[in-house]
Amino acid sequence: MTTATDNNQQAAAAPKLRKKKVPTEVSILAVLIGIALLFELVGWIVRGDSFLMNPQRLLIMILQMSIIGIIAIGVTQVIITGGIDLSSGSVLALTAMVTASLAQSSDYARAVYPALTDMPWVVPLVAGLLVGALAGIINGSLIAFAMIPPFIATLGMMVTARGFARAYTEGQPVSMLTEDFTWIGSGANPVIIFLGVAAIFHIALKYTRYGKYTYAIGANPQAARVSGINVRRHLVMVYAIAGLLAGLAGVVASARAGTGQAGMGLMYELDAIAAAVIGGTSLAGGVGRVTGTVIGALILGVMLSGFTFLGVDAYYQDIVKGVIIVTAVIVDQYRQRRRKLS
Amino acid sequence: MATQTTSILDTRTSPRFLLEVVNARKTFPGVVALDNVQLRIRPGTVHALMGENGAGKSTLMKIIAGVYIPDEGEVRLHGQKLLLNGPLDALEAGIAMIHQELNLMPFMTVAENIWIRREPLNALGFVNHGILASKTQTLFDRLGIALDPEMEVRHLSIAGRQMVEIAKAVSYESEVLIMDEPTSALTGREVEHLFRIINDLRAQGKGIIYITHKMDEVFEIADDISVFRDGQFIHEAPASELDSNEIIRLMVGREVTQLFPKETVPIGDVVLSVRQLGLEGVFEDVSFDVHAGEILGIAGLVGSGRTNVAETLFGVTPATAGTIAIDGETTIIKSPHQAMLRGLALLTEDRKETGLFLSLSVLENMEIAVLRDGYTHGSFVAQGQLDQQCEHMKQALHVKTPDLEERIGNLSGGNQQKVLIGRWLMTNPRILILDEPTRGIDVGAKAEIHRLISKLAGEGVAVIMISSELPEVLGMSDRIMVMHQGQVTGFLDRGDANQVSVMELASTPAAHA
Repeated sequence: MTTATDNNQQAAAAPKLRKKKVPTEVSILAVLIGIALLFELVGWIVRGDSFLMNPQRLLIMILQMSIIGIIAIGVTQVIITGGIDLSSGSVLALTAMVTASLAQSSDYARAVYPALTDMPWVVPLVAGLLVGALAGIINGSLIAFAMIPPFIATLGMMVTARGFARAYTEGQPVSMLTEDFTWIGSGANPVIIFLGVAAIFHIALKYTRYGKYTYAIGANPQAARVSGINVRRHLVMVYAIAGLLAGLAGVVASARAGTGQAGMGLMYELDAIAAAVIGGTSLAGGVGRVTGTVIGALILGVMLSGFTFLGVDAYYQDIVKGVIIVTAVIVDQYRQRRRKLS
Repeated sequence: MATQTTSILDTRTSPRFLLEVVNARKTFPGVVALDNVQLRIRPGTVHALMGENGAGKSTLMKIIAGVYIPDEGEVRLHGQKLLLNGPLDALEAGIAMIHQELNLMPFMTVAENIWIRREPLNALGFVNHGILASKTQTLFDRLGIALDPEMEVRHLSIAGRQMVEIAKAVSYESEVLIMDEPTSALTGREVEHLFRIINDLRAQGKGIIYITHKMDEVFEIADDISVFRDGQFIHEAPASELDSNEIIRLMVGREVTQLFPKETVPIGDVVLSVRQLGLEGVFEDVSFDVHAGEILGIAGLVGSGRTNVAETLFGVTPATAGTIAIDGETTIIKSPHQAMLRGLALLTEDRKETGLFLSLSVLENMEIAVLRDGYTHGSFVAQGQLDQQCEHMKQALHVKTPDLEERIGNLSGGNQQKVLIGRWLMTNPRILILDEPTRGIDVGAKAEIHRLISKLAGEGVAVIMISSELPEVLGMSDRIMVMHQGQVTGFLDRGDANQVSVMELASTPAAHA
């Protein structure tokens, strides 16, 4: 190893450092706009109608995506730590059931808990959040302390929570909720809650110790531990927050539907993961942003809304959605490989 | 088989060498791993490769085994140039490598592991297990191995697996066998067995490349010795013409002058005091003191337990025996977090594995250890203060990066290392443990880091420095603790320490010290 060769190498490496960086969000936003414009164009050709110039349709679209969006924000954090959460859809169903059972009106003769009707809306809300957080703490503990791979731990929770949701009322829907409670899901409220949650966690991931530790653990858990981070405790917290947000989604979903049903949120976990991955969150961990996930959720929403607008069958919608998810992962793999090479 | 090979050699006088490596050069980003290296293996000999850690032995072996493609130079077998695009090419050409880390599939049988990819098939295209077993038994009989070919590999001891690896390599009827520290997991009797196998192979005219750190083995088994240092070929000679002192001198014989020696600073009180520290099955009975302003060097070969001592002090693997006292007060360290609260910092040995967050920025890498008192308001981080402090660190350590937002993966090894040192300096440590602080970085950055360590000691920090590079340990340390296989074999003061005295302690068991 001579000094001359080392200097040569440094000189060769120096110009490589300067590289124009385009934030991932900008390219995803461009995809969102592109897809929307495509629907606009096809809409005029096929139906002679505008896709975008319809506030009603846009509101419905965002409303549809709000609940998945809330879950996706929790799932994004889990994926940033290098994990995965398959349980969010089922946890949503379980919390919807528990929440609804505590929000029933006394006008209803067959309430689940006849003694606990007409409760102030805070009670079902808090109960829902607690159930969600508890499911998340169990996920996190299994992963951090029992060392079970996240995929398996949350797969178990996915099946178990769905079972609990069905067993809770033996499959019966829980209806006749108080107006006080259903207000949470009325009008544009779900959208406001979604954007509020997005803003909170955007800030949390960027400007708090919680966020910095989350990225560090995802980027290199061993280095995180040697840097003094209590990795296990932090992982439990991240999964607990993901569970809490699934719980919140369950509250909003039951308030919006005016009922709790065990079949709610079916496959939402996959849409949530898709939103995160389309939004640039890397399944390898350490990379991802809430803004990307929000745009990812909007892309899924525009697709759903656009296909409905064009009258395309749901089967084909699923086919296209599948293709988009896989494409997003291919892009992620490509980015990772480039990262390793550089 | 044996006679056939010998007769071929008798009729062919040229080429004299079974395997030749000529002018090989291999670079990795930031490092020249090999430069202008040669190796010549005579048929029917055992050729020992000697060198310190990082001398380039493993890189050279990987080139011969087709794992790496050299930037320059070539590998010749029987005088014919080989074009190796992968390990399979090398195997087919007749070169087999027995890897240091074993590469067997635990849930498959011994026989399946040995003949993988070459299974005997029956008429229907299914594996013929009868022939598979009998072929394996024949091979084992020839090598004197007493293992059941039908046993799953996971049930075998490490030594048993080693034997399977060797049998697998022999089964390729390879002409060149590479053994990278094959005895590291073997007991005395198993080593004897291995040497019997090696002697048989030698008698059949094979060439065996043997890498080891154990001096006694070299003189027992090797015919020829090649010595490497810093990625360069140093010397080749028959084993009979060398002795262990001469080999050590050749291995370490670099000038100390190119390194920055520690400045003399006043040595203060004892800061860290370690007594009978142990980690079950890894190291035991380690006792030492470190004073303020002092640099304690820890020397030893790979596997001596140096790094484990550092990790135990820092709570990564909490101690199972002994005591740690800081400023005279006994303390218990069970996690890195606790260690940090007590004023310790650890720059880990493997930058990529346990140091860097490769997908994050320079800033995020540097600030991670101080996201607590002083740099936070409640749960929120004081980003302004952090930015300022990191910028200050960046300038003080001369980190070459366009800005703090640059992804750390884009920096050179030396600059990455400086960022990691900055991470720990921001915690204002009183006891700084540096494990291989200059591994894999260029000479310029090396000198800068040495100067910095010296300056920190001058400010009263107690420094523990682990390094595989003897000149670095000798140049920087006030005292040197030498370890061998989990035990301290001796302490050397700055005045008494030289390369030979350290190497002697590093390669002898504790009983001799």
